[in-house]
Amino acid sequence: MPEIPVVRNIMSVNDALAAAVRRQLDAAGVLALNIMASPGAGKTSVIMRTVEALKTEMTIAALDGDVTPVDVEKIARTGIRVELINTGGNCHLDANMMTGALSSLDLTGVDLLLVENVGNLICPATFELGTHYNVVIASVPEGDDKPYKYPAMYRGADVLLLNKIDMLAYQEFDLAYFRHGVEVLNPGVAFLPLSARTGEGFEAWLDWVRRAVARQR
Amino acid sequence: MIRDSASTFNNGTIMHELGITQNLLNLAIQHAEPAGARRITALHLVIGELSSVVDDSVRFYWEFLSRGTIAQGAALHFERVPAAFECRDCSEVFPRNANFLCPACGSDRVQVKQGEEFYLKSIEVED
Repeated sequence: MPEIPVVRNIMSVNDALAAAVRRQLDAAGVLALNIMASPGAGKTSVIMRTVEALKTEMTIAALDGDVTPVDVEKIARTGIRVELINTGGNCHLDANMMTGALSSLDLTGVDLLLVENVGNLICPATFELGTHYNVVIASVPEGDDKPYKYPAMYRGADVLLLNKIDMLAYQEFDLAYFRHGVEVLNPGVAFLPLSARTGEGFEAWLDWVRRAVARQR
Repeated sequence: MIRDSASTFNNGTIMHELGITQNLLNLAIQHAEPAGARRITALHLVIGELSSVVDDSVRFYWEFLSRGTIAQGAALHFERVPAAFECRDCSEVFPRNANFLCPACGSDRVQVKQGEEFYLKSIEVED
């Protein structure tokens, strides 16, 4: 029986769609971030604080992968353009959903597109969206062992936020152990501890976003 | 209760293996058709331990998704590649452990050596 060699990444069909999304974003001069975290790590809180801080200096839009419009309504209160990508129970966004969402979201004049992925540390890591950077949000209450348990998510991060550092006073969290796991999986990744509640550490994150947007303009 | 095609699996929770399996099917057909294959009889996959993919879930979705395509009934062969870490100080190679420390010299200077493989190696076809 003839055997045909393939030797292609299983996700190459998705990745080809992601490349088309990237071209569309680049043509529009939009910097897009894929924001991933487990449920409750603070994706929406980080997005809202980021929008409030930056909306006077740049035009921001958002896409929210979810099954309910709860987070979309919260984000809409900041006054930016935001669309729900209804995942219908899917555990992740993929490039095909991005293609559909971008056909209904007006990117004219947008500098920064924040894509809130589905709350999950396993599935979204496999699916490229065509966004420019993967932002992974860890949080103190989740515990310090997450890099050891979910290596793929930490491997693929371009920037890692550790949210809720105001909780460090109330909980055992070995920061050195956490950082070691991250460093083994993703040497040199930008690591930014912060609190979306108190604002501590947030300026370093905002500067990271400003620099990324400036490079894309 | 509203049901869509997505919620017919797993009591409404869809696993990422559905999307992966759809990609796999498309990729296999893309390679079989130009070769003039009438049927795909087997797929050989190479999957590393650090890629979070469950074989049984892929098989479950495969049976459903491949139905009515030239890949219907094709056998899925998984070659599993274990994760391996390497010590940058003493060059020891070791399996995944709980603290990512070198079991030989205790160094914390370790790196991922293998386990992220995630590709379709080949397909078997009938002309």
